[in-house]
Amino acid sequence: MLLDDHRGAVYRFLVAAVGVNDADDCFQETFVAALRAYPRLRDASNLRSWLLTIAHRKAIDAHRARNRRAIPVESVPERAAGPAADGEPGLSEGVWEAVRQLPSKQRASILHRYVNDLPYADIGRIVGCSEAAARQNVRAGLASLRGAWEQ
Amino acid sequence: MNDLERALWRAGDHDDRAAVAARAFVERADREGLIDVAYTTVDAPVGELLVAGTSRGLVRVAFGGIPHEKVLLELAEDVSPRLIEAPARLDSIRRQLDEYFEGRRTRFEVGLDWRLTHGFARRVLKHTARIPYGDVSTYKSMAAAAGSPRGARAAGNALGANPIPIVVPCHRVLHSGGGLGGYGGGLDRKALLLELEGVTGPWARRQASRSGSR
Repeated sequence: MLLDDHRGAVYRFLVAAVGVNDADDCFQETFVAALRAYPRLRDASNLRSWLLTIAHRKAIDAHRARNRRAIPVESVPERAAGPAADGEPGLSEGVWEAVRQLPSKQRASILHRYVNDLPYADIGRIVGCSEAAARQNVRAGLASLRGAWEQ
Repeated sequence: MNDLERALWRAGDHDDRAAVAARAFVERADREGLIDVAYTTVDAPVGELLVAGTSRGLVRVAFGGIPHEKVLLELAEDVSPRLIEAPARLDSIRRQLDEYFEGRRTRFEVGLDWRLTHGFARRVLKHTARIPYGDVSTYKSMAAAAGSPRGARAAGNALGANPIPIVVPCHRVLHSGGGLGGYGGGLDRKALLLELEGVTGPWARRQASRSGSR
């Protein structure tokens, strides 16, 4: 019900969606955008979905910006500047790298399903598709992840 | 189902980093004037206090007796949903409350936002705000000061619903006969605040006889 109650969900989503390096900026952008728009929000019961919808858009912006930046310096590893001591990078971090390579709707659906445990109906609303399509996106995403995972 | 899904579920604990990101966001939102209500909590001998302020001043102080979540939802409803935990905005009142509870402060220097009070209740509370530290008054005289000499009971209700207790010292208002009367935060807290301010009365003995039971 309160904006502050959803900090964790938004941050977890963003770390998974764009990585720790861009998550802070996206987090700030998301909540500032939310505060700017907040008086217009009618249905406070959907606050979390609404915040995650904004976060989703900010994540897409960050991906685009990164792709633009990445063109001239292809050889520089994306996360080279990341803090190495930041938790246990091993297994989960590898998966998230693979998730970030998925097409955007699959990526977002997987993130909302597994990071924030959202029902498919909410995922559909956030990503902009039907509940069935959200389910299909998760399935397809899992299938291609499994391909990468098992190699 | 398998390693892949387990790895996905293990999204990692990012709460510390989220807190850092949140702090940066709060600073920026404050700079850009996007926070209508800032709130924080203060540890006090009367239990944790929730303290909330607007651009006009202090708007709400709440004891732990009411769940803070409920108070925050009311503030979102009654003042503005642009309500954010922003401790830095409330540094001054936090420091003053600390000093008050250490016995080093006898008056608060803080602007007050009266918007959660109306009519007779607001008048009663504004008069109450002038009762000095260590002094007491009665429901009857507060009612009279607010223009309704026979409105002691209504004054009691207004004081019981005081949205800014401690700073607007409704604990300094007692029964004409010298009894403690009532208190929105509970009588034990009222007795404790009066004791802190060096006010003695029959209730002090009552407290002592029940010491240990809070």
